Parts: sequence; structure tokens; C-alpha cells
Amino acid sequence: MATVKERQFRVEPFPGGTAGNMRLVEVGAQRDYNVVGTRPIRHDGTDKVTGRARYGSDIKLSGLLYGYILRSPHAHARIISIDTTRAASVPGVHAVCTNADMPSATHRAGDLGEGIVDWYHLNQNVLASDKVLYTGHAVAAVAADSVHIAEEAARLIEVEYEILTPVLDVREARSADALVLNDDVRTDHQPAGEQGEVPTNVAKHFHYEKGNVASGFEQATVVLEREFTTETVHQGYIEPHTATALWTADGKITVWTSTQGAFLIRMQVAELLGVSISKVKVVPMEIGGGFGGKIAVYLQPVAAILSKLSGRPVKLDMDRTSVFEATGPTPGSYMKVKIGVDAEGMITAGEAEILFEAGAFPGSPINPGCMCVFACYDVPNGRVDGYDICVNKPRTNAYRAPGSTHVALATETMIDEICETLDICPLEFRMKNAAKAGTERIDGPVYPLIGMWETLKAVELSDHWQSSLEGPNRGRGIATGYWFNAGLNSVVNATVNEDGRVSLIEGSTDIGGSRPAVAMQLAEILGIAAEDVTPTVVDTDSIGHTDVTGGSRTCYATGLAAIKAAEDIQAQLCQRAALLWDVDAESVEYVDGAMLRGPAGQEIGFKELSGKLLQTGGPVVGRGSVNADKPGGAFGTHIADVEVDPDTGKVQVLRYTVVQDVGTAIHPSYVEGQLQGGAVQGIGWALNEAYHYGDDGRLHNGSFLDYRIPTCYDVPDIETIIVEVPNPGHRFGVRGVGEVPIVPPPAAIANAIYRATGVRFRSLPMSPPKVLHELLSRERASRESTVD
Amino acid sequence: MPVVHIPAPARDLTGGVLELEIEARSVGRLIAALDERFSGFGCRVLEDGELKPGLRVAIDGHISPMGVLARLEPDSQVHFLSAVGGG
Repeated sequence: MATVKERQFRVEPFPGGTAGNMRLVEVGAQRDYNVVGTRPIRHDGTDKVTGRARYGSDIKLSGLLYGYILRSPHAHARIISIDTTRAASVPGVHAVCTNADMPSATHRAGDLGEGIVDWYHLNQNVLASDKVLYTGHAVAAVAADSVHIAEEAARLIEVEYEILTPVLDVREARSADALVLNDDVRTDHQPAGEQGEVPTNVAKHFHYEKGNVASGFEQATVVLEREFTTETVHQGYIEPHTATALWTADGKITVWTSTQGAFLIRMQVAELLGVSISKVKVVPMEIGGGFGGKIAVYLQPVAAILSKLSGRPVKLDMDRTSVFEATGPTPGSYMKVKIGVDAEGMITAGEAEILFEAGAFPGSPINPGCMCVFACYDVPNGRVDGYDICVNKPRTNAYRAPGSTHVALATETMIDEICETLDICPLEFRMKNAAKAGTERIDGPVYPLIGMWETLKAVELSDHWQSSLEGPNRGRGIATGYWFNAGLNSVVNATVNEDGRVSLIEGSTDIGGSRPAVAMQLAEILGIAAEDVTPTVVDTDSIGHTDVTGGSRTCYATGLAAIKAAEDIQAQLCQRAALLWDVDAESVEYVDGAMLRGPAGQEIGFKELSGKLLQTGGPVVGRGSVNADKPGGAFGTHIADVEVDPDTGKVQVLRYTVVQDVGTAIHPSYVEGQLQGGAVQGIGWALNEAYHYGDDGRLHNGSFLDYRIPTCYDVPDIETIIVEVPNPGHRFGVRGVGEVPIVPPPAAIANAIYRATGVRFRSLPMSPPKVLHELLSRERASRESTVD
Repeated sequence: MPVVHIPAPARDLTGGVLELEIEARSVGRLIAALDERFSGFGCRVLEDGELKPGLRVAIDGHISPMGVLARLEPDSQVHFLSAVGGG
């Protein structure tokens, strides 16, 4: 077997891509597929580009009412009373609701597959009854003939508050004398630890340990310890939250909504409203972005209550300010990280203390942050402590590789600093220390086959890395990132039509091109064209439980379900052909080219046999149901070239390359799109994005004018290099793709800025005022030292 | 025999033992055996006979969706981890 050093690679254009879409090819390791790896036109493309695609706000129903949510103007306050009398009397108002109209909730954990929710906390987040815990916290809702009447009436709802001091900083919130947001929260020590006894803002404490940390640091030649902070940021999806609900007289609830997981919405609505899940049907509409922020319910239960009270369908749409104030964000953080490296450039130990904002209720991605902080490297000794801490900000939610971007900023910029100290090439350092098959993470599990080293090899061979970067105030940085990816439950049903085409239905909402990617996997097995498969995302009454489109799991897990459905179709078609030929089904083969072959050389094509199904036993429906558990983790390494304007502090990204192990690219264009989109979001996080709160806890930049995400004018064409180290847990080797690309950008850009300016940034965002301040401070210090 | 790795917060129950071999064919039986040897371990990881919400078991590096019903092979490596949610 060839060792890593003997393997030969080259970087070449990925067929069918545009300039800058490359792939790493290992000499002698080609794979042959007919459909996988091609770029068919997306099945939903025509509807998208002609405006026919139906989004949540497009829903129009007979008798539709429009709702408005009254939100708290205070970041932290006790609710003394709510009087809805005046609002209810406004002409055109049909219903007014508060938390009192919901069934009471208790502290029980709900498993949403990708995460855990406390039903009481979710109840309180949907409509507060005891305390408001952030500006924009929903308090009451009105349904009326128009949204304007509803809004006017909502302003007549009288809420008496006892205003409390907001707690906005994680370190402040952790202190023993901090005002406690939730009296019911006790520190839960995980995994498998005990629970604390006193009320606190520290909801969870995660602790992982491996090897002998003290000994590891004793072996080190260089030991660095640094502190980092990041601000609260939003996923920035373009489509605001929306929900329309109809609660009919027979007790059935239908919800039309924009969501990453219709079945998870069904579960949450049913639980919060005290009805059986079979009484709730959720119809997922097209989605205008989610990135983790459209998994939890906000509007759906409220629309359903208003519908029940009014007897009519009710639509609720959020405005952009409410989206910023009350949904989303990924946490701000404080991190202290220590890394030891020996004279040979090998990591000997790592230690991290990580504090994440949970927001109003427990549930930040602190655990994956702990598990990712050293995940890219073979760290023999390590200790990680992470804390989930409640503050007066919106309840945090997942955002692309939740927690991993934060910690990569720390680890990857420290590695850059260590490399400078030891005068080692940062790429060489990463190759020497890269995690590989057999590496044990600090949290315990041992990696199977992974492609971290291969992403670094692709960087080494890339045109970007081999090119020179000339000019003043310019610098180049690299950084690496990791995400686990998820498996979970998926179902696919596929019906063979008489014309030889296949109708595929699935429960995975399509955020990033999963419809074609799932259809292509079915087509590959059946030997038909991707265009001969029509994929449709259906409601919760029409398919089996399918978990959320998140965790980069859909192409992998729903793809596996499609493969099973295709294999089921193959088996049934063999039986039909056997019937035609009067032979045993076991003697019929399904062979390449969508052909069935009998024992005496008989042949019939897929299309021809499809036309005979109704005469040979009826329609053929293939079924695939999986509970997938080998998603294969993924690594990415990014290269960033920047130029820093010394007069304004503005950082311009000149060139940017994303290299990622994707296992196998089913539809390379969508893979490239995910890599580019994730990188651009990471660039925004690095350079501009941040929630700005006043001391009173009010958000000052709740609009896209003031919360600045990157536009096409801010970023260059993002170059991509697809690396394909197949995931052994998938027939075609698929790994999740969508999350890793947001992880490395802040660290890669911070490293590039250092090369350009000599200033190390350990705080996000690296916005023009902050960069300029640091540059001027350094200049001032330099002048003063000259005068001295 | 399967090897179970004790999570750091539970090592107070095992006297600092980091890992040990346990003869068991399923995660449920493995937990029962651990609880017999280290009293209180079961309470740390189970609720109503299932893994506590938010707790997962990884077998040979892969999170198992089967919880206590997950089957173990003689060479299985077992870790208890907290749930991870993606975006």
C-alpha cells in the first residue's frame, strides 16, 4: 500500500466548472460514474428564475387574517400584567393572544435530532409570560383583517413591566454576583456529570480531557496563551420568518412555513399546543436561506393559536428588525487558548476555556465549539472546558458549523503565531500535525478515513499558494476548519412512471440544491438521466419522518435513502422482467445502461419495462428509509489575500480560495456554491458583522443598512478546489459540505492582515474602525518609543 | 471485549479510571455493567431507561442513532458524548 508521501496528486479544472473551479486528483484513483459528478440543470431552476417558486409569504387562503406580534422594548424585565382589552375592541380585530392561550409547559427536554430543547423555555421564547429576556421578545399577538389594523391594535395592548438591569457579557454573566436571568437554570456538567444546585446563568459546563496536559506543556519549546472575543452575529438569511396556520373545527392544524425541517416544526407545534403530531400537517414552502436559523419555531404556534381563536387562517410575517432582534443569532464568545509545540514543530498540548453566549435561554453551540477547537490536529494531551451562559440577547441558534468558526479563530491564528516564532511554514506545520485516520480527538472518538492532509496538499499544489503576492499593505493567510456532519433520519419514495421517468418525493427541504443531488444519486443507481427524475419536497402527511436539513446531512442521508429506494425499484423490476420471461427473479440482473438481462440473454430496457408495469402487477414504488450514522467529518483549508488601507482601516479581500474535502461531489456546481457561500458568510463575520447593543440592551443595528453583510462588491470571485476523499459510510463516498466553509475565513483573514500590517487581531469583527485604531495605536507607540 | 471510555465529568465515580473493558453486547448492557461496578453511573447517563436527552453514544467514532439498543462488537470503542447540532 502506498504511503502518504508516495501518493501523487495534481490540481486541475473540475470538468464543467467555470474559471477557478478546480479539483485535486490523485493519480491512479479515478472513479467512474455516469451521473454523479456531472452538472445537470437544477429541477427547480425554472420556477426559481421565473418567479413561480412559492415561498411562505406567497400563501393566500380564503378568509386569511394577518397577524402582528407585540415585542418587548426592554432587554430584561419582569412582566407584571398584560391587558389586551383595548386591542380586542378595535374594529377588524378577530383575535388577540398571549402566553395564557397556550397550554402550560413544564421543564422537559425535547430531542430535535440535531439538538435539545427545553419545552418550557421554548414556550417562554414563543410568547413570554414571566419575564422578557431580550429586546424584541414576543409578548402578545393580534390577528386582524389587515396587518396595519393588527399592528395598530397591538400597540394598544398594555404591558406593565418591572425593568431589570440587562446582563450582556458572558464574563459578567458568569460572575457569582450577576443578576440571574432564569431562576430555573442550574449548571449541568456534561457529558455524564452532575447538576448544580443554585440558580445561575451558567447553564452547562462541558469538560473534555485527554492525556497528561501538564506533561504535554513541559515537553513544549514554545507555549502560547492568548485570549479572543467574537461578537453576536446573525445568519443573515434574506427571507424573513413567515408562517400561515389554519386550525380547523375538527382539531387539525395545517402550517405553511419557511423551515429547514417540516417534521421538527410539526413536533414543536404539537408539543407547545398540546396536540398529537398526527393532528399537525406542516407544508414546507421554498426557503430563502436558513443556515441553521430556521429550525426552531417562532411564529408557527402563535399563528395556530390566533387561527383557533378566530376560526380563520392567519398569516404572520416578521419584519427585518424582528428577525435581527428576536431570531437567529450565533453567540458572541470569549476564549482563552493555550498551545504548546516542541522544537520539531509538533503540538504537545492544548488547553482551552470557552465561554459562549446562550442568549435568553440555554442552548448555545458550546459543545461543538469544545469538540472542534483542536479537531484539525493530532494533539496528544489536551483539556477543554466550555460554558453555556445566559445573557439578555435572543436565544441563540445554529449557524453553519455552530461553534467551530469561533474556536478556529483562536487555534488557527495561534498556529500562525507559533509558526512565526519557530520560523516554520504554516502549511508545513499543518501538514505535520494534521489529524488523520486513527487520530483520537480530545473528546474521545477516533477519526476514520478523513481528508485533512489532502486539503493541505491541494493548497500546496494550488495556483494561489504558488503565486506571489506583491505590493505594500498586502498579506496572505491560511486557516483550516472542521465540522462533524450529521446522519439522522431520512425517507425517500420513488414511483416509476409509465414513460420511464421517476417521481421522487422526499421530506428534506431544499436549501442548497439537495433536490438535484438526491435525484442524481437515485439516477446513478438506476442508470437513467438525472433529468428523468422529478424530485419534490412534500408535507409531513406525505412522507415518513425526515430530520432537519441541517448538519450538512441531506446529500448524505437523504441520498442514502434515495439509493435504497433505487435498489428497491431494481429488485421489483427484476421481478417484473422475470414474469415477462417466465424465469426466476433471482436469475434476472439489473445491469449498467438501465437494462435488465435474463438468464438466456433476454434484455429489456428500463423505459420499455416501465411501460409494461400496469400490465404486470401495478405501479412500482421504491422506498428508502434510513437512520444514517456514518456521515464522515469534513475539513477545509482556505487561502486569503488581503490589502489593508492604512488611512481608513478597510480590509479588501483580493483573492480567496476554498479547499475542502467533500468526499464525493455529486453535483459539483452546488458543492462549489456551498463553498463560495460559506466563505462569503465567513468573510462578513470576519470583517463587518456584529450586533451592536446599547447599555440598556437595545439593538442599535437591526437592519441590513446597519448590519452589513458582504455584497458582490466586497468579495472577489471565490476560487474552489474540491478534494474527494470518499466517506466509507456512503455508497458514493458523500460527506457533508455546507458547514465547513464558514469556519476558516476569520482566522485566514486575521492571519493575512497580520502579514499585511504586523498587527494580530484577536477580536471580531476586524472592521475598519477597529483596524484603523490598532494601526494608529501602533504608529503612536512607535513615535513615542522613537522620542524616548 | 468492548472498551468504554469514561467521560471526564464521570471519572469521580470511577476513581479516575479513564477506560476499561466491559463484556457487553449492547450499550444498555454496558451501562448496566458500569453501574454495577461504579454505583451511580447509570443515573448520570440514563433517564427512564434511555440515554439522557442531549447525551449520545459513539461507537468506533460514529454517533449511534440506536442509543441503549446499539449493538457492540468485541472490538468496539465506546464514547459518551453530548449532542451536536449543525446549521
